[in-house]
Amino acid sequence: MTGKKILVKSYGCLPLTEDDRTVNGVNMKTFLEEVNEKINGVAIQRCYHCRKCTAGCPLAFAMEYNPNKVVKMIQMGKRSEVLGSSTIWLCASCETCITRCPNEVDIARMMDVLREMAIAAGGGAKEKNVLSFHQAFLASIKSRGRINEPLMMVDYKLKSGDLFSDMGMGISMFMKGKLSLSSPKTRDIDTIRKIFAKTKNP
Amino acid sequence: MKVSYYPGCSLHGTAKEYDQSVKAMSRALGIELKEVEDWSCCGATSAHSTNFKLSVALPARNLMIAEKCEAKEVMVPCAACFNRFKMAQHHLEHDQSLKKEVEGIVGQQYTGGVKVKNPIDILVSDVGLDALAKKVTKKLSGLKPVSYYGCLLVRPPEVCQFENYENPYMLDDILKVLGADVKPWSYKTDCCGGSLTISRTDIVGKLVDKLMTMAREAGANCVVTACPVCMTNLDARASENLRLPVFYFTELVALALGLQGTPTWFKLHNVDPVPLVSSLGLV
Repeated sequence: MTGKKILVKSYGCLPLTEDDRTVNGVNMKTFLEEVNEKINGVAIQRCYHCRKCTAGCPLAFAMEYNPNKVVKMIQMGKRSEVLGSSTIWLCASCETCITRCPNEVDIARMMDVLREMAIAAGGGAKEKNVLSFHQAFLASIKSRGRINEPLMMVDYKLKSGDLFSDMGMGISMFMKGKLSLSSPKTRDIDTIRKIFAKTKNP
Repeated sequence: MKVSYYPGCSLHGTAKEYDQSVKAMSRALGIELKEVEDWSCCGATSAHSTNFKLSVALPARNLMIAEKCEAKEVMVPCAACFNRFKMAQHHLEHDQSLKKEVEGIVGQQYTGGVKVKNPIDILVSDVGLDALAKKVTKKLSGLKPVSYYGCLLVRPPEVCQFENYENPYMLDDILKVLGADVKPWSYKTDCCGGSLTISRTDIVGKLVDKLMTMAREAGANCVVTACPVCMTNLDARASENLRLPVFYFTELVALALGLQGTPTWFKLHNVDPVPLVSSLGLV
């Protein structure tokens, strides 16, 4: 074991190294190993399924699988079910789970990792509008350096096809002078675009 | 006292009244704010939900600019920005290879030389509640708020380092000093649904209704927050019969200190707070 790059720190068993995941040159990495590697912290095998994460999760009522179930499903290798679920998009990143987990399993980070993996897998998001919102939000940063709320909302509406919700609220905010189409931009937009280009996922 | 100031996108848009009341409060308390030069968006929920490195690099650029300023503290009033700044610092300090990579991406060095603070913390630990009490000219008698911290100021605790993260009381203490009859409740740090407000309004409606029901049960006649996302959700997403006026805590500080501006800010709210404050003789 010594001298080999440790991929996953694990408790109660030997750490996983580069050699362990390749058999006759074929990558045998499991879904669990992949998720752990991307979390880059406490391995999710440390979970003893007390379900504290789920008891405190404010969004659990609306989720397809609750947070604890997702942990279990990852351990069981249910890649497509997890990445195709609504759960990963409904997590609001309130961080209650990681705050209360007795084993320091970072479920909020795990949800981020799963969303990234779902996008990379190319299957889209089960909650399409949630992803459309994130895309519109990031596109606004990329073009101006800062969010212009009304312009971003128009972009979101076009992306999601949800054209008419919140019209009343939007108009009322305009009348109050809360929203403006000409908010200041970041001058050094080149650096912002460079940040986007250099962090782009393969 | 000189402090750098990162308003973030919301404070120049839907949270205009938060920006203006933070500035009015700071002026009155001798805090000199200097806006971070040419700041850019922190990336908020959308960056970390879809791209980890982007979510560190976007706040890192602002931190790197703030580090070059004279002030060694940066005030970040928006709880979402505050959380992303703290989170970026956490990652940059704990992962040297990531730090190197992010420095390369942004094209600047990160020294970690600036402390990220929210205005609640600055008010309690830098200004002090005694100093605040001396400035109060109009006690907020009759105002019965519950303080609502939400998620992003307090969690995760080892990153945000907010006192008593399951039952925080800093905001309660501030409101008590202002003369308000702060009501205890168990929903101080329960989530409002955050950015799902646009894409899943139905879910956020349910979460907000629960918060409003509990605030009413606690005997509150208003809710006080320090987060533009919470404000938007609480103020605009509650069912008609459950609505309560919602304030940024800085608006109430300004009201108690007799500062100019409160009528203009209150006009920007969705639920009009004027009937409540005028019935109590506060305006």
